[in-house]
Amino acid sequence: MSLLELKAVCKNFGGLKAVNQVSLGLEEGEILGIIGPNGAGKTTLFNAITGFYKPDDGEVWFQKERLIDLKPHQICKKGMVRTFQIVKPFLELTVLENVVIAALNRTKSVQEATERALKTIEFVGLKDKVDTLGTGLTLPHRKRLELARALATEPKLLLLDEVMAGLTPTEVDELIRLLKKVNEKGITILLIEHVMRGVMALSQRVIVLNYGEKIAEGVPQEVVKNRQVIEAYLGEEFGNAES
Amino acid sequence: MLKVKGIEVFYGDLQALRGVSLDVNQGEIVTIVGSNGAGKSTTLMAISGVLKPKRGEIQLGQDFIHQYSSSKIVSLGIVQIPEGRQLFPTLTVVENLEMGSQFPKAKKVRKETMQWVFKLFPRLEERENQLAGTLSGGEQQMLAIGRGLMSRPTLLMLDEPSLGLSPILVKAIFDIIKEINLQGTTILLVEQNVFHSLTLSHRGYVLENGSIVLSGTGQELLKDQHIRQSYLGL
Repeated sequence: MSLLELKAVCKNFGGLKAVNQVSLGLEEGEILGIIGPNGAGKTTLFNAITGFYKPDDGEVWFQKERLIDLKPHQICKKGMVRTFQIVKPFLELTVLENVVIAALNRTKSVQEATERALKTIEFVGLKDKVDTLGTGLTLPHRKRLELARALATEPKLLLLDEVMAGLTPTEVDELIRLLKKVNEKGITILLIEHVMRGVMALSQRVIVLNYGEKIAEGVPQEVVKNRQVIEAYLGEEFGNAES
Repeated sequence: MLKVKGIEVFYGDLQALRGVSLDVNQGEIVTIVGSNGAGKSTTLMAISGVLKPKRGEIQLGQDFIHQYSSSKIVSLGIVQIPEGRQLFPTLTVVENLEMGSQFPKAKKVRKETMQWVFKLFPRLEERENQLAGTLSGGEQQMLAIGRGLMSRPTLLMLDEPSLGLSPILVKAIFDIIKEINLQGTTILLVEQNVFHSLTLSHRGYVLENGSIVLSGTGQELLKDQHIRQSYLGL
């Protein structure tokens, strides 16, 4: 069985089927990209997987265990963590304090959590910002902090919601390198992203959502040639300099 | 039409702009390119009067506007579409648009302006009674631009209009910006999507650590080696 397996997951808002019968399997060590138009249900799917919403139908399996009625922090304890599209660090706390809180997911000792947090902060390249308040960080640094907080919970599976939005292509490339290093540590990644430069560089497989349904799945080079995907999402074939 | 001369802006002790100068001529699309934290949004906020420069001048036509209030600056024809849209989520599409035309001159022509906005964004008319918070990301961006246009600006400033949009919508938004410009509105644009924005722009400025380090036509900047390496990742 896969590390994460979704079986026909559904989530409705009133009469709207935001996520409609989505199934997928994510293998250990893989990086899977999710793309699709705004409003296609990508973030809703994340919320349904990580316990922020309860799916109306279908099953979520993680490490051979079915997740039912678990809260986000319980799912985090099991080794699955997500980041948010709008990054939400504690703005009045320092970078270190922000990450220590996350590290306390795995230990009761503040000293131990601090040691782990410092290692994580160094890993994401924020070492010289350890004592900076959340408010004092630029957007790329806030995004790295968001990543550090997720990593400090020591996840097996990391769900990233648009971590590349708002970055210049060069900043995107730096983040791609960092996420490859995360993956090399053995962390499986599920990635929602509009920045195709990032999707293409990182994903081994891509699934495409449209109106809550999966309309395509495959290796990125093939998916971006899919006519339905071009019409619904890309607008033109991928491969121009701007992407 | 707009002349920014050597403005310096501080957040407390932190200096964000170190003497930024730039010009925008009537009818142009001008882009400010720069990495995050370079001071792009700060520049726009200084022009719209949300932030006051400590030194330097900002001139619009014959008026020196750098000490004016934001509402006064809006009434003189400069409007800023903020990054992240910042709509009123619990108001309808029409109500949000009306919020963009609160001062007398704009209020008088509200009906016609709204027809113009609906012509640019037919999607907004289809959803005129829907709450802004329930619109998709692309629709919200259209509404933010539409709300800005409701005050009939002569200079429209957009802060990262493509943020968080799918590739097909990014293209649609840039097409609309071009259309708005062709209909007579001057545009000052801040964008991370450097390729799209420079392709569209007549001229551009490169902002690094609070200073302008390079300027030229959109095409010149696209070919510039420094831009290609530092901003386009080529």
